[in-house]
Amino acid sequence: MHELLQQIFSGLAAGAVYASVALALVMIYRATDLVNFAQGEMAMFSTYIAWSLVTVGLPFWAAFLITLAASFIGGMAIERIIIRPVENAPVLAAVIVTIGLGLIFNSLAGWIYSYTVQDFPSPFPDRPLFGALITTQELGVIGVTLVMLLLLFLFFRFTKTGLAMRAAAQNPLSARLCGIPVGRMLAIGWGLAAAIGATAGIMVAPVLFLDPYMMSGVLLYAFAGALLGGISSPVGALVGGVIVGITENLVGTYLIPTQLKLTVALALIILVLVFRPNGLFGTAVVHRV
Amino acid sequence: MAPILELRGVKAFYGQSEVVHGIDVAVEEGGMTVLLGANGAGKTTTLRAICGMVRSEGEIRFAGQQLERRTTEQIAGLGVAHVPEGRGTFMALSVEENLRLGGYTRARRPDADMQRMYGYFPILAARRQQQAGSLSGGEQQMLAIARALMMSPRLLVLDEPSFGLAPRIVEEIFNIVDRIRREEHVSVLLVEQNANLALELADHAYLLETGYVVTSGSAKALADDPQIRRSYLGY
Repeated sequence: MHELLQQIFSGLAAGAVYASVALALVMIYRATDLVNFAQGEMAMFSTYIAWSLVTVGLPFWAAFLITLAASFIGGMAIERIIIRPVENAPVLAAVIVTIGLGLIFNSLAGWIYSYTVQDFPSPFPDRPLFGALITTQELGVIGVTLVMLLLLFLFFRFTKTGLAMRAAAQNPLSARLCGIPVGRMLAIGWGLAAAIGATAGIMVAPVLFLDPYMMSGVLLYAFAGALLGGISSPVGALVGGVIVGITENLVGTYLIPTQLKLTVALALIILVLVFRPNGLFGTAVVHRV
Repeated sequence: MAPILELRGVKAFYGQSEVVHGIDVAVEEGGMTVLLGANGAGKTTTLRAICGMVRSEGEIRFAGQQLERRTTEQIAGLGVAHVPEGRGTFMALSVEENLRLGGYTRARRPDADMQRMYGYFPILAARRQQQAGSLSGGEQQMLAIARALMMSPRLLVLDEPSFGLAPRIVEEIFNIVDRIRREEHVSVLLVEQNANLALELADHAYLLETGYVVTSGSAKALADDPQIRRSYLGY
């Protein structure tokens, strides 16, 4: 029983990270109908930025905040420079662009920081808590994720820009007629998604260790989470991410060898696509002709 | 008085094909002008050209400024509030959020404007927390007009506000629009299939056929024109 609870809590911590990346995917999908395959590599690159800042001697949380700001600006720049030109291109072309973008970030990270695995500092001392049910690291990851979600919720719910972003995602034409600069809203969306991804990367790096491939597995789990929740639903992404995290941990502990854990994500993706293509919280998209 | 909106030789295109072939239209300051015509005459396209939603050629002047080559959001910022075909409601947002979005271009807080809109449309006040998608057609049209007015526009552009609504509701909405026009000092450009009602309220009218203006004049003159009566008014 104790081990089961332990596994659930560490699944919850992993799930928080998957949920964050899933949320970033959903945000971009809702705004631009585009799945950003570069989300993981963008997050990985952000984590390297944080790593450089910590390595040159900045305190962890300062490095964290600077990285978030840099990622936000970087995400906006990516939307403006790389995504905007393919905005009206067929969706496959745009998807290929994001895959290419992921490769670029991967190679860039390898070129600048080398492919050697790096140790990443954790702001949370790795101490067991509550009779070894959960570690401070896990609790910290969950806490940071919750704070980030709360801030996002407040932003989207109560600010003028947050409301305008929701409107632009829902009905871009009508948003334009209200005078909302839809292009700028999309850029902000990419910026936020990049910052969310950066948070996830920094939170998971002390556990996974940092190398240019660190986020590839995480991205797959996040996809599974986003699909499970319904790719168009932010709440779904969060619930889906957490379910995937817990499932992955339990299945990996009790049913299959750890090396095969990633197949859980694939199996889940296939199951969802076959039996419930809209996910748990998603709505069927109906296009009027 | 100088017209607040003036179109000169305006052509409008969908892709490569020209749909509106060089028309002249004017809306007097504080007046209501109606574009009449059958389906496919180019009425909606003309409205889209004004707001930069389709490619156009020719001259479009609004309150002394050129509108061509401006983006839709810039044109909205200048004070042109366009209620598009299909109403453009943000279905998943609440009534109040829809109104807040209408006030996006305004620097000041939208609360006072919102109260004024609730005054014109009390039903919206009762539904303020409801999802806009759950409103009836008539209520959604009221919401769309209120959302547009939240901009404090100088020109209100309405694309077939009567579409799909019961006659009693249409009359109610038109009466409110007329009242708003007088009380808010806003000019109105209206596209309407319901020619009877439109000619009653408007002061100027244009009749479009296949992308050309075929007749124009005072609404009264058009309403009295026997040929228009036969073709569009049905008596």
